Amino acid sequence: MSTKKVDARGLSCPQPVVLVDRAISEGHTDLEILVDNEVARENVQRIAGKRGYKTQVRYEGSDMIVNAAKS
Amino acid sequence: MKNIFSTRWGIILVGAVIGIGAALLQYFGNPPNMGICVACFERDIAGALGLHRADVVQYLRPEIMGFVLGAFVAALLAGEYKPRGGSSPLIRFFLGVFAMIGALVFLGCPWRTLLRLAGGDGNAILGLAGLIAGIFIGVGFLKNGYSLGRSYAQKKAAGWVFPALMIGLLLLLVFQVSFAPGGPIFFSAKGPGSQHAPLLISLIAGLVIGGLAQRSRFCTMGAFRDVILIRDFHLISGVAALLVFAFIANMLLGQFKPGFEGQPIAHTDHLWNLLGMTLAGLSFVLAGGCPGRQLFLSGEGDMDAAIFATGMIVGAGIAHNFAIASSPKGVAAFGPAAVVIGLLFCLLIGFTQRDKVSA
Repeated sequence: MSTKKVDARGLSCPQPVVLVDRAISEGHTDLEILVDNEVARENVQRIAGKRGYKTQVRYEGSDMIVNAAKS
Repeated sequence: MKNIFSTRWGIILVGAVIGIGAALLQYFGNPPNMGICVACFERDIAGALGLHRADVVQYLRPEIMGFVLGAFVAALLAGEYKPRGGSSPLIRFFLGVFAMIGALVFLGCPWRTLLRLAGGDGNAILGLAGLIAGIFIGVGFLKNGYSLGRSYAQKKAAGWVFPALMIGLLLLLVFQVSFAPGGPIFFSAKGPGSQHAPLLISLIAGLVIGGLAQRSRFCTMGAFRDVILIRDFHLISGVAALLVFAFIANMLLGQFKPGFEGQPIAHTDHLWNLLGMTLAGLSFVLAGGCPGRQLFLSGEGDMDAAIFATGMIVGAGIAHNFAIASSPKGVAAFGPAAVVIGLLFCLLIGFTQRDKVSA
């Protein structure tokens, strides 16, 4: 399956987590999540980790891109 | 850089600091089972400014200013200060108004709910049950795509407005400014508003807790929400620590008095204790944070959270001016009607503010 993109920029807690959890429950094994604050990044990484995904973060300007892949 | 405060042990440490800090603030003079109460303290600020004239609950609580300014400094130091706003401000304002109305029918925010429990007040069980019920309803909306929309980056200086307001309030307190004989600024001569720890102790406690809470993302509403929504127990371990350590500190300081009758700044109307906090809990979920968390977010530059906090202060004025806020004697004449209106408002917002579920 291709990479599922989730744009969670500007969304307040817990919506980034809800979007990611939904994508995971839809069976996507490769996610690219865009967030714009540290809290959302932490929360997104926490939920992905809990669901058995390995995550990597890279910073692009003021945005953060979290790549999560089923391990 | 790893943020140790957002780890499991970090959040437990922060919960413990708030619990012990609250018990100590009570020991140093804050009202009973109200070492810290964000809703009550914002209500006292509203009173001090003359937004309501309930003369027993008027004081410029430095803890509130400390929360915002402590979070502001912590966010600046950590590079997390990010002015942002524009996510349905008017709706957030009224969620703040109704959150305060619900909290004042029960007589406490989520923090005070836990502190009342840790002080032996059985009525807080109803409040806690209501809080969880409200959060449960809110989670249903979240699952169905509820969203107040995106916020957008704002100019650097925009995020200074709310912290600057707090500095202004602090100056009014330090210099005991009087704008007319008798006030404003109003300071209670009796009642809970007259009971307070020394200014410096309150301010330092507020700054420390504000800083720690900003780093750890401590949130009582989020704690229950995450358990219900995603079975995540991270935040709730902090809430549990708050409860346990406040209880232990209360035992040591002789502040634990179990029972339902005659509890300080509380009433025994079970139904409206429950429904008041149901309204508050639902409002917090729809706005994305408990009253404390909204203050810490305001310090980080979140202008939507600052609008919610402003709504709470105005809501306190409304609650006391229109016979909505409860007193130790019981529920006020228009409290139940206001709670029902608030619940209808929140349900309407929950059903109408939705993005398409298919992401």
